[in-house]
Amino acid sequence: MSKTLIRGAKVLGGEPGDVLIAGETIEAVGTGLSAEGAETVEAAGKVLLPGLVDLHTHLREPGREDSETVLTGTRAAALGGYTAVHAMANTFPVADTAGVVEQVWRLGREYGYCDVQPVGAVTVGLKGAKLAELGAMHDSAAGVTVFSDDGKCVDDAVIMRRALEYVKAFDGVVAQHAQEPRLTEGAQMNEGVVSAELGLGGWPAVAEESIIARDVLLAAHVGSRVHICHLSTAGSVEIVRWAKSKGWNVTAEVTPHHLLLTDDLVRSYNPVYKVNPPLRTATDVMALREALADGTIDCVATDHAPHPHEDKDCEWAAAAMGMVGLETALSVVQETMVDSGLLDWAGVADRMAYRPAAIGRLRGHGRPVAAGEPANLTLVETGYRAPVDPAGFASRSRNTPYEGRELPGRVTHTWLRGRATVVEGKLA
Amino acid sequence: MQRHLISAADLTRDDAVLVLDTAEEMSRVADRPIKKLPTLRGRTVVNLFFEDSTRTRISFEAAEKRLSADVINFTAKGSSVSKGESLKDTAQTLEAMGVDAVVIRHHASGAPYRLANSGWIDAAVINAGDGTHQHPTQALLDAFTMRRRLVGRDAGLGQDLTGRRITIVGDVLHSRVARSNVDLLHTLGADVVLVAPPTLLPVGVGSWPCEVAYDLDGVLPKSDAVMMLRVQRERMNAAFFPTEREYARRYGLNGDRMAKMPEHAVVMHPGPMVRGMEITAEVADSDRCTVVEQVSNGVSIRMAVLYLLLGGNEPAAPHTRPASHPAGETAAHTPDAAEEK
Repeated sequence: MSKTLIRGAKVLGGEPGDVLIAGETIEAVGTGLSAEGAETVEAAGKVLLPGLVDLHTHLREPGREDSETVLTGTRAAALGGYTAVHAMANTFPVADTAGVVEQVWRLGREYGYCDVQPVGAVTVGLKGAKLAELGAMHDSAAGVTVFSDDGKCVDDAVIMRRALEYVKAFDGVVAQHAQEPRLTEGAQMNEGVVSAELGLGGWPAVAEESIIARDVLLAAHVGSRVHICHLSTAGSVEIVRWAKSKGWNVTAEVTPHHLLLTDDLVRSYNPVYKVNPPLRTATDVMALREALADGTIDCVATDHAPHPHEDKDCEWAAAAMGMVGLETALSVVQETMVDSGLLDWAGVADRMAYRPAAIGRLRGHGRPVAAGEPANLTLVETGYRAPVDPAGFASRSRNTPYEGRELPGRVTHTWLRGRATVVEGKLA
Repeated sequence: MQRHLISAADLTRDDAVLVLDTAEEMSRVADRPIKKLPTLRGRTVVNLFFEDSTRTRISFEAAEKRLSADVINFTAKGSSVSKGESLKDTAQTLEAMGVDAVVIRHHASGAPYRLANSGWIDAAVINAGDGTHQHPTQALLDAFTMRRRLVGRDAGLGQDLTGRRITIVGDVLHSRVARSNVDLLHTLGADVVLVAPPTLLPVGVGSWPCEVAYDLDGVLPKSDAVMMLRVQRERMNAAFFPTEREYARRYGLNGDRMAKMPEHAVVMHPGPMVRGMEITAEVADSDRCTVVEQVSNGVSIRMAVLYLLLGGNEPAAPHTRPASHPAGETAAHTPDAAEEK
């Protein structure tokens, strides 16, 4: 059985200690552990975290392999410190059958860089009209528990209600892309001062907030779980906070880019800043950070959305929405949450590993760094600081809004069930 | 002056006054039997129109031809653009043919900005209207018209519009003309009031350098110029207002309303007018309405912009009488010196 000793790492940012990996599990955590028979990784000064878990990734396979594949996407995930990602359903064909979700799940296992947990579509073809075979997807080898029409909102209140009720049978969760469609027809960016100036169609905060308000009430009414994707406004935070105060089963995620970037950037008309939901105001950004810190928002999810170069090298209105994020997520969280003093590393482990895994009912991930647990681990050089260079990305796409921006932190090692997927910042 | 003209907001007060003054010189060319200057001889300008706009295209074309530029007209319809060619490829293709300036009209807000700032091409870019964003030459020709009418043709030279009260009425939300005018008029020192039903004002209008009112009758007596914006009938179907009749009653300019304006005040319209909607025939055809004047002023303004962007550092016609008019002498900038012999 192969052994690895991680020596002197600050586990969850605490006192330096050693972690011994044996085979697929953590054998021991302590100080002065013997390196005998083990490969040693010197980790002094670095922070050891549980392998990160992303609830919201677009891997694009099947259908848009020109922008990303399961292979390139999971390599990007590993470099970003992730050991599990949830692959969204808006592929071609749509992941609305057991066949498609099993295919995606198997590809992830075969490549071995990062576990791929498929998300199933709520409705057939993401059309919002007819429930997909949610039970069949759950019963498949992929074991789907998270369902989402992400990219589109389940806007029909009856369909949403039925989906919430139906998934109770297997402890599933519906992850809602909250966007009232009529209020966002032709929407190009956040509606406000900047959209008024630029003459771009507005995406008002109320289009997100009204759907969230409806869905937390529906979830409460039928006693089910609802998860809010990429929450982006201060008003949404208030609604989720209120729903949680009622004891309702509501969870929410925020993307790294909504924690850092604001709609002022759209003044450049550079579509690299075009994303859905759109970049909001500085007030929203501060509210999101505080909500992530106090736990109102449960987790960080990347909404990693790769697009080919030509879909961004054009005028704003013609451009695709979305940004890649797997390889920069942890750095953005360090910048916005840790270095700002809002969250410690234990908090990062909670928001980027424990909670997303718990929401997805994902077994073997998001576990404590403790003896007997699966050896899914991420080692971070937190003192590192450098400008983001997309040329080094493993993702097939380069549509990052952070090119040239200096960000802190670098994942030097990632272990998936004891096997190193990243060593010294490079794919193993 | 900057190298491109993308937004009226990019112009300083002095830039804008220079354009207006230059346009006054250019306008004199139109009064001559031979309406032509050699200024842009040998330069190629492409009118790249992705959106139908016969008026604006013809106005630019007339301006380019009066400055002796070689003119290429490119319309998206029936071209490779309709087969899926990108803006970038279209622009690069045209530039490869040796284009010095691109006059672009595009349905997407920001397309001219992208063209000027993405490193796709080196040519100067002039925005001839982009989506619901900007239409800077329209704002300049409007300001030119106001200055002539309110300050005077000769008295206006070197002057801005300080203290003038300009009212803009109608579909501000979808109007690049309104945005450009608010920016430029503010820069020129005018006080702007926007009047529209609240549905046709953008969220965020509160941050603009102007006032907002919902009652037209209250504003008219205090206006030196009233600019009526076109209101498309289709907006009614999207619930921006209940009916055409109600819109015309509350926000249309008719003879009775025009009588509430001060004697000297003018009525403006960027065209095309929707008679019976935002403006009655009586008002449109009155001598207080500057709509036709605006069209001819548009050619002068566009000549001025092309001249300043493409040849602004040289006198308008250095090679006509070089010995008697060394570069930099003010006389070289006068139409007399510039006139082609």
